[in-house]
Amino acid sequence: MFDFATAFAEAFALVFAGDAALVQIVGLSLWVSGCAVLISCLLGLPLGAALAMTRFAGRRALVVAMSALMGLPPVVVGLTLYLMLSQSGPFAVFELLYTPTAMIIAQVVLVTPIVTTLTRQVIEDLDRDLSETLRALRASWFDRVGTLLWEARLALVTAALAGMGRALAEVGAVMIVGGNINHATRVMTTSIALETSRGELALALALGLVLLALSLGINAAVLGLRDRAEHQVAHG
Amino acid sequence: MTLRTLLAIAVGISAAGAALASDYIIVQSTTSTANSGLYEEILPRFRAQSGTEVRVVAVGTGQALKNAANCDGDVLLVHARAAEQEFVTSGFGTARFDVMYNDFVLVGPSGDPAGVSQTQSAADALDRIAERQAVFVSRGDDSGTHKVETGLWRTAPDAQSSRWYRELGAGMGATLNAAVAMGAYTLTDRATWLSFGNRGAHQVLLEGDPALFNQYGVIAVSPEHCPRVKADAAQGFVDWLIGPDGQSAIAAFQINGTQLFVPNAK
Repeated sequence: MFDFATAFAEAFALVFAGDAALVQIVGLSLWVSGCAVLISCLLGLPLGAALAMTRFAGRRALVVAMSALMGLPPVVVGLTLYLMLSQSGPFAVFELLYTPTAMIIAQVVLVTPIVTTLTRQVIEDLDRDLSETLRALRASWFDRVGTLLWEARLALVTAALAGMGRALAEVGAVMIVGGNINHATRVMTTSIALETSRGELALALALGLVLLALSLGINAAVLGLRDRAEHQVAHG
Repeated sequence: MTLRTLLAIAVGISAAGAALASDYIIVQSTTSTANSGLYEEILPRFRAQSGTEVRVVAVGTGQALKNAANCDGDVLLVHARAAEQEFVTSGFGTARFDVMYNDFVLVGPSGDPAGVSQTQSAADALDRIAERQAVFVSRGDDSGTHKVETGLWRTAPDAQSSRWYRELGAGMGATLNAAVAMGAYTLTDRATWLSFGNRGAHQVLLEGDPALFNQYGVIAVSPEHCPRVKADAAQGFVDWLIGPDGQSAIAAFQINGTQLFVPNAK
């Protein structure tokens, strides 16, 4: 019987020893997924708002496609990106394969549909409530998009967090385009996969617990800030 | 999270950035050498002598060969001699050199229901497993170990019709985890087995058959096939591995007092 207590003890030991290798791996995980979510928000927030507020031929198809892309298998994204970034692929000149940049690109592909789809939903709902007011104010299309995104900012934090969850949790894409290279492209999820394959199951689970704690910390911090902002909006 | 942890993470990020800037080569390697911890032992020595950082991408031999043929690596270190020679004759690599060897072992549940420990050869042992229809897990991933395993059977088992023969399509470690969980037999290289942490009650049941010899070879990827390859640094690493310094570094690598690889460059 696998001893779960060992895994918990090992997780605590890892964290409190401040193990240099672990710190590097956690740092890279945060850097890669943080950059990916930031870029995905820069792309997905305007795109989602535009999809919510514009009527054009093929809009419905695009909405469905974005929604479906939320279920993209990471390993397929990784493989496709590998073929493109490979030295025998079309983007060989950039020499990005097996670098953190390649990992960020892969996660942007995975996270952007999530941010876009959730943004579209939030903005669509808000637009229904506010559209008459905004029309009465004769706001331009860009002003309306800006106003709605700003009014929805607290709800959109959840969209970003959903994206962060996806980015921190996936292993298939970063494994292929990053290569899980020690001290260069090894992140939390690829370390867990590696330790599992080495039969070090307690260590693998301990790393999983650290990742979980990290995710918990990020969500608590962001939602805490959000609640404070909400409080200020309500009373300010 | 304390300030100290935050600072440590910031240092970690900048260290990752600094590592990017320096000069490095990429080795497409089989997983058995990487998972055993061999590279952590020998690569710092090479770096100290040459200044070149070596980055290891550990995948199955089949995938390593394909990645290297795609020019996504400077050096190839795998264990499938026929495929390696074909790699060189196809013009993908400059030349192939023997580096080191160890052996494959047949592992299984300590009760040994098929009685393979009473046999003398791998072929006889597999015959028994087939006769008794004892569960056997195969890598099924076109790796070096998988190629050896499929070559050992006198009559190749049919994965579709025989329920006892299970093709996983997974790496060595995942296959060992599965074999332990299923109480199944499997073939593994000795390095992975000795460094494997989840052996359960599994044991080495057959070893020493010359057919289980496991030779590792190294090849520098050809700059004629891949113009962007770091040919000089790659050849430098190959020369070091098959030279006296690399060979003695390999010989010095032990786990719990057992030497995992025997250097045998000519």
